[in-house]
Amino acid sequence: MSLVATNSSSSRSEGRLLSLALALAALITLAPVARLFLEGITAGGSLNLGFFTEVVAKPATLSALRHSLVTAGLGTVISVLIGGTFAFLVALTDLRRKGALVFCLMIPMMIPPQITALSWTQVLGPSSVFLKTLGLAPPLGAPQPLYSSGGIIFLLGIQHTSIIFLTLRAGLRAIPQEVVEAARISGAKGFRIWAQIVLPLSLSSLLAGIAITFVTALGNFGIPAMLGIPAGYSTLPTLIYQRLASMGTTVLAEVAVLAILIGLVATLGILLQRFFQRRQRVHLVGSTGQPLAIPLGKARLPVEIALWAVICAILVLPMLGLLATSLVPAYGVPLRLDTISLSGWHEVLFRQPVTQRAFVNSFALSISAATLLMALCLPLAWLMDRHKTPLGRAFDSLLDLPYALPGVVLAIAMILLLINLPFTEATLYGTIWIIFLAYLARFFAVMFRPVQSSLRQLDPSMDEAAQSVGASLSRRLRDIILPLSAPSAAAGAILVFLTAFNELTVSALLWSSGTETLGVVIFNLDDSGETVMASAVAMTIVFVVMFLMAVIQATSRRLPKGVVPWQN
Amino acid sequence: MAELTLTDIAKHFGDAAALKSVTTTMRDGEFLALLGPSGCGKSTLLRLLAGFEQPTKGSIRIGDREVANAASRLNVPPEDRNIGFVFQSYALWPHMSVRRNVGYPLEIRRLSKAEREARIDAALAATALEPYGDRMPSDLSGGQRQRVALARCLVSDPTAVLLDEPLANLDVALRASMQAVFSDFHRRTTATMVYVTHDQAEAMAMADRIAVMNNGVIVQLDTPEALYARPRSRFVAEFIGEGAVVPLTGATQSDTGAEATLLGARLKVETDTALPAFACLRPENLTIAETGDIRARVERVTYLGGRYRLNLTAASGEALVTQSATRLTPGDQIGLALSAPWAFAAA
Repeated sequence: MSLVATNSSSSRSEGRLLSLALALAALITLAPVARLFLEGITAGGSLNLGFFTEVVAKPATLSALRHSLVTAGLGTVISVLIGGTFAFLVALTDLRRKGALVFCLMIPMMIPPQITALSWTQVLGPSSVFLKTLGLAPPLGAPQPLYSSGGIIFLLGIQHTSIIFLTLRAGLRAIPQEVVEAARISGAKGFRIWAQIVLPLSLSSLLAGIAITFVTALGNFGIPAMLGIPAGYSTLPTLIYQRLASMGTTVLAEVAVLAILIGLVATLGILLQRFFQRRQRVHLVGSTGQPLAIPLGKARLPVEIALWAVICAILVLPMLGLLATSLVPAYGVPLRLDTISLSGWHEVLFRQPVTQRAFVNSFALSISAATLLMALCLPLAWLMDRHKTPLGRAFDSLLDLPYALPGVVLAIAMILLLINLPFTEATLYGTIWIIFLAYLARFFAVMFRPVQSSLRQLDPSMDEAAQSVGASLSRRLRDIILPLSAPSAAAGAILVFLTAFNELTVSALLWSSGTETLGVVIFNLDDSGETVMASAVAMTIVFVVMFLMAVIQATSRRLPKGVVPWQN
Repeated sequence: MAELTLTDIAKHFGDAAALKSVTTTMRDGEFLALLGPSGCGKSTLLRLLAGFEQPTKGSIRIGDREVANAASRLNVPPEDRNIGFVFQSYALWPHMSVRRNVGYPLEIRRLSKAEREARIDAALAATALEPYGDRMPSDLSGGQRQRVALARCLVSDPTAVLLDEPLANLDVALRASMQAVFSDFHRRTTATMVYVTHDQAEAMAMADRIAVMNNGVIVQLDTPEALYARPRSRFVAEFIGEGAVVPLTGATQSDTGAEATLLGARLKVETDTALPAFACLRPENLTIAETGDIRARVERVTYLGGRYRLNLTAASGEALVTQSATRLTPGDQIGLALSAPWAFAAA
């Protein structure tokens, strides 16, 4: 159905609405990226690659680049080891309680990295309340083992385990059970099935998962910021943050080059991921309805115990550490029945104006971002699906960029775009609006994709039937499309809220006094030694996250496929 | 109620032509079936009439009103054509009750509540759905859902009703009873109905006229009887009914009728062209008789209930089909008497 100009009122109004929504969406999502790209090739007003090479050649840049590649690369290896093992076992064998296992494995993905880092530092190290309580703390003055490249690698690995798990499991689910059954009938067993049948068939999705995990780890700010900055170990995102924090916007041109550098590496990863994702759609024929359940036999119980032990270690243990720290009256005091205190919670939630402001800011930002994105994405996704135009297709392939690219890249792009509003003296830098616009750009894909996948599964005759009885475009949107896609739109909105609410990377570069977000507050509290309060805020956020995830989980049965990201 | 006129309609999807050049008129009040194998363009034609697609070439009129014209880029959107459409997937809105589904067209037309209720009741009564008004579509069976879809398109008095394989998702027993529902509906409303199907029995059972389509063109538009008895092309002869198409030679016309040589024998044929090239041999044209003109060998015997279908090979090599009341054995040699078959010119 091409969008030819007709004098039909309906098609024309649909076409007009599509162009309008598309222009608005492209402005929100792609303008910052385009602006950054422009900055990269024309630093100083004219086409000039000299400045670019000059910044890249600095020793600080090169060392940060090396650190970024090393931590992201080795972190990805850890993610592959844990996530891959889980994915293969859950997708192929007869483990019990798979649903609970998957849900627990998804929690690290939704917990913001700065909280992951904070919670782990509360489990290890000399001042750990948790270890003190158990009497296991190393002597004071002993180094915090996580303040090192090893610590960053380890936590990056844990943080992104779920990404590998999800992409690999999606690929494994696409393998028809007949393929594996045929191998078993032919006499193949255990490891042989895995190595000769399953692994080759799922290799593309594994590689796609590795590429996207690497990109995500590369862009991670919270973990290297919390662990690397105290150790004097900079990655590209933290280098950008430190330069901008200490020198202000005078170094904007320089950090733009750094942002482009990390953007280029990330783009390479994204292209790789798309390449493998496309290859994954090989021609596997057969039913995929029944999940595979190869009996593990006697090994089942030990394997289950091992998997749950890993879940405990990467999820429960750090949360306990965080909780313990949040419950002591002062940092360093061991937690006992007589020392237990809610003063940290009370101080943070009810007394500190900064944290209260941050709660208000983060709530307002994420709720309004979710609402506005829902209002924009619903008609846009529907019109793009109905009218397949070249522009629409181009936008479809680019709209993930602001989300896939590292957050610092987007933040720098936003500063460049909004520091001087065209034709005016005004600036949005330093106001809450720059954070809001950055959130719209960054989380556009988080809202758009679930809505799009649910609308694609919607029978087009639903709309055509309404059209044939005379319903106009606005009536159809209101009476048919909106109610039928509402559950997915709501799930998308909750996901946007969840991600925006926790967000640190973008706001760390864009906040100023009065526009702090929750992510920034945790980071600043921890930075200034208020670890108890930081833990209390972090714990609050973890509770909100788990509650919202549980809400989505509870309604997931009624959602179309592809809406809940951890249930593809 | 109105006549539907298509003039030189073509529809391309990219480089692929779904419809090549269709010029035809669907008469006011008739039940017309569009019949053809999948991919022949019949659904595209229906969607052009409804306005879901726009023609690449040609124009469409509904009654006196031009609704689409590729040259002048006119395209009246579906919502302004006042046409009813029944979908294969029923397309009931799952979030609305049966009553709301049926009444939605009236909501759009801003009818008063009282009038709306009255017309919904009438539509539900006409489709025998009164007890189900407050149910949700998901609580209904397939046949009931299709009746709701029919009631929904009935309620707003459309000028024409377009049906896109509405029975394809139903089981065989239900199909027969739904055919009766559609036929009754047509008799009562005398609406112009265009019915797309790939099932010739369905088309034969309900339609006043059938347009047989192949490769994006209408190859023959005729009454069901004429299509069966007097096909004008090899495609129609083989697609409609059972039988075999065999080439013939040496056709001559005389006062007593036409004669031609086929299957190695000189036979009388029925034809209306001067130079027929093929004959269509229906099972009823072939009678088993030891004294017959033609010898054939039985290849396969299929029991149809009460009678047997015989797949035969004539002595001259052509495959034939006939029926017999008794079981024969593959390999049997039989004689066949031919009553004058229909002969036509086109391949």
